[in-house]
Amino acid sequence: MSLPVLNIQDLSIHYQTEQGPLQALRDVNLQVPEGKIIGIIGESGCGKSTLISAIIRLLAPNARIGRGSVNFKGRDLLRLSRDHMRALRGDEISMVFQDPMTSLNPVLTIGRQMYDVQHRSAANRAEKTARSLQMLDRVGISDPATQLQRYPHHLSGGMRQRVAIAMALMAEPDLLIADEPTTALDATLEVQIIHRLKELQREFGCSILFISHHLSVIAELCDEVIVMYAGEVVESGSVRDVFIDPRHPYTQKLLECDPARIAQRTRELPVIEGSLPNLVDLPGGCIFRERCSHRLARCGEDRPDLSGNQHQAACHLLDAES
Amino acid sequence: MAKPRGTVYRTFSALKKDPLGMTGFVLVSIILLLTVLAPWLAPYDPLEVNVYNRLSSPSAEHWLGTDQLGRDVLSRVLFGGQVALKVSLVAISVSMAIGLILGMMAGFGPRWLDRILVISFDTVRSFPTIMFALAIVALTGPSLNTVIGVIIITSIPVYARVVRTQTQALRERDFILAERAMGASTSRILRDHVLPNIAAPLFILASMDVPAVVGMEAGLSFLGLGVSPPTPSWGSILNDGYSYLRNSPWPIIAGGLPLIAVTLGFTFFGESLRDIFDPKLRRKDQ
Amino acid sequence: MFAFIIRRGLLSLLILFLAVSLLFGMIHMVPGDPATVMLGPKATPELKAEYSRRMGLDRPLVIQLGRFYAGLARGDLGVDPFSERNVVNIVWEQLPYTMMLVLAAIGGASLLGIPLGCFSAIRRNSLLDRLTAVMSVAFIAIPSFVVALYLLLWLAVKWRWFPAMGAGESGNFSDQAYHLVLPAIALGLGWVGYIARLVRASMLEVMEENHIRTARAFGLSERTIILHYALRIALLPTVTILGLGIGSMLSGALFAEIVFSRPGIGKLLYDAVLTRNYPIVMGSVLVTTGFFVLSTLAADVINAFLDPRLREQRGS
Repeated sequence: MSLPVLNIQDLSIHYQTEQGPLQALRDVNLQVPEGKIIGIIGESGCGKSTLISAIIRLLAPNARIGRGSVNFKGRDLLRLSRDHMRALRGDEISMVFQDPMTSLNPVLTIGRQMYDVQHRSAANRAEKTARSLQMLDRVGISDPATQLQRYPHHLSGGMRQRVAIAMALMAEPDLLIADEPTTALDATLEVQIIHRLKELQREFGCSILFISHHLSVIAELCDEVIVMYAGEVVESGSVRDVFIDPRHPYTQKLLECDPARIAQRTRELPVIEGSLPNLVDLPGGCIFRERCSHRLARCGEDRPDLSGNQHQAACHLLDAES
Repeated sequence: MAKPRGTVYRTFSALKKDPLGMTGFVLVSIILLLTVLAPWLAPYDPLEVNVYNRLSSPSAEHWLGTDQLGRDVLSRVLFGGQVALKVSLVAISVSMAIGLILGMMAGFGPRWLDRILVISFDTVRSFPTIMFALAIVALTGPSLNTVIGVIIITSIPVYARVVRTQTQALRERDFILAERAMGASTSRILRDHVLPNIAAPLFILASMDVPAVVGMEAGLSFLGLGVSPPTPSWGSILNDGYSYLRNSPWPIIAGGLPLIAVTLGFTFFGESLRDIFDPKLRRKDQ
Repeated sequence: MFAFIIRRGLLSLLILFLAVSLLFGMIHMVPGDPATVMLGPKATPELKAEYSRRMGLDRPLVIQLGRFYAGLARGDLGVDPFSERNVVNIVWEQLPYTMMLVLAAIGGASLLGIPLGCFSAIRRNSLLDRLTAVMSVAFIAIPSFVVALYLLLWLAVKWRWFPAMGAGESGNFSDQAYHLVLPAIALGLGWVGYIARLVRASMLEVMEENHIRTARAFGLSERTIILHYALRIALLPTVTILGLGIGSMLSGALFAEIVFSRPGIGKLLYDAVLTRNYPIVMGSVLVTTGFFVLSTLAADVINAFLDPRLREQRGS
């Protein structure tokens, strides 16, 4: 087995707030193997955004890295100098952001922004423009030459997200991080973009870390999936394993609540009862305890570790079974 | 009556943490005190002429020297503060009162009235203030009352606009809608709900307006269009000083300093008040 | 876009029309009829009647106003009764001096204020940032004529670094620029800190926006991000304020012109007020008000051109 492109070990991050340190991530482990698409799912507030900000080192100023490492192709990104880190961004690691309406600069043309993104390339202006045209064509934008002259607000959300993907893939990165890139789009567009992304991933051979809370999108696109809850990884495994045989109660609930999977007609959408725990004043034991319907006595005392080989979950129920 | 005491307490404890605001408060207090006590503090009669001691530099007898007629500059500066105080008190309270009424009318009244009022505010504001003042003075002749009148006319839109915006914002709030549904009269709603809510912003606005008003009076008096001689005003002291600039710099230095102190004092104090009572306004700035 | 300009333009025209009518009405309603004002209290009644008839002052106010606008449409603001010259020509001669002064002041203030604001935003809470914060509040409040007087006192009279009077030799550019320095500083000083503060605030806001994060995620240099990606947007609201600033500087310009004995609209108006030269007063107030309304309009239009989002939206 080849080395993973990205290997995150025991990463803990907290934010300094007036109430005290907010434990956003705790002992997160995650691997992105070469050429694979890894999905991360979880509710908002589960630490997904902190995780990706940590990978590209664009954390908020009040964030502090407690411990752990983010290993990218043999280098620990957390120990890289600022300039070395900047050199990686948009070159070996690229990002596609969530909200296509605000993630492009409103007063610069698409062409200008695509040109600027190639700031490391030695190519001349004409070559860079040609490259932009080629990339726009690849992501399925018709009449790319016209689009280059236009401003982001001329384009629809789907078009903008295609532009963002084109920009991200321009430098042929080893790792593409996509932060809920399709959440803001309607379902038909979402499917189109997902398919295009999958094609491009095969073509470019890059690895993708794909964050979403749409289970169906993860199921469609990813090879492996990681389930996060309140700053911890609670389950991970192949898409098939996790979706067919979810082991953690949280994953089970998530799947039950997925509107796409609900077979019968119901009046109310099922939701997970309760809310996220207070991350400033963390309760001991299992993080999901308060909302879990299979609670055991030891859930209040011990924090369960991930167990299993390919398919891992952090729950005491699994120990009880074995 | 616990509330006003609470407000005063809150203001002071917040001021203590804001050195600039405290500086402003101290400056304002000193100037007000000196102005009010001017008749007792002034060493000479500000109008007393002494042609044998003209344009002298500061000395033990005349701390800030004398002007072209040998009058004591310090005494004139102290009494000049009374003119500034009178003008600001009268002009600000009158324009605030009228602005309050017009602003509420615009904010709570029918649309057509709002439109007409807003256009008239814009019209008055479209004159560069001093130009407008000059045009009026050209016809009525220089007098302090004209100055006050001009300041009132040009300040009304400033207050009215703020009142209008606040009133409009309140108008759509649930508790006001509920009162209206229960049949409360417009005047009652304005008195009981709108007025208390716009009092703080108006007060802050007034304190920030003092520098503009004092500056305007001094400016017009400097141009010889405000107080009539020999009445001392900071502006007229500067005017006298300007004419004899090459003989003695002291009248200009002495006439300018209180103006700078007043503008800085009230601005710092007003800014600080705004931060305390209306943090929303400030948040973007921090 | 054009619809927007036309709409804004019409509103400006309406306001200008109202302002001029108001002024016209007030001039004719205040105690002391213009004939007495013009000819002095010692004029005989026959002389006054003759003057009133000649100037059309015996007609109803509405007719007078109509005549005034008819004249205005032909570019005729009446005749200066002292020099018998056309008021339009007199005002037109003085206007460039005032405009030069105002532009120099606002230009200088922007050249200093924009980088200062940008720097304050990047190095927040640095000494320079705090200094700018205090300065912005302090200098905008101090009356500009006090600043002008102090500058005159020290830099011109005492140390003789700069000329104390006039606008310099006509045609000699460097001499004119030399004479412009002190009045422009007096007028623009208050705006340096104010502009810096505005730029800082909108810069901080822009730097939080998502597209800046995108630019960072692509490894663009901080320099490029600030100068090309953020500042462009951060300056948009500043342009509107600068337009308003040019207008409100007209009042300050009057003082600067008087203190430094410079020609200009302000000086013209002031002298006209002292001599009670009513056509000149009317003409110069009309021109300055027009200038004020136009500069506000121009700021909005320029802003609409700079911002591609507005360019489209307002076009419909």
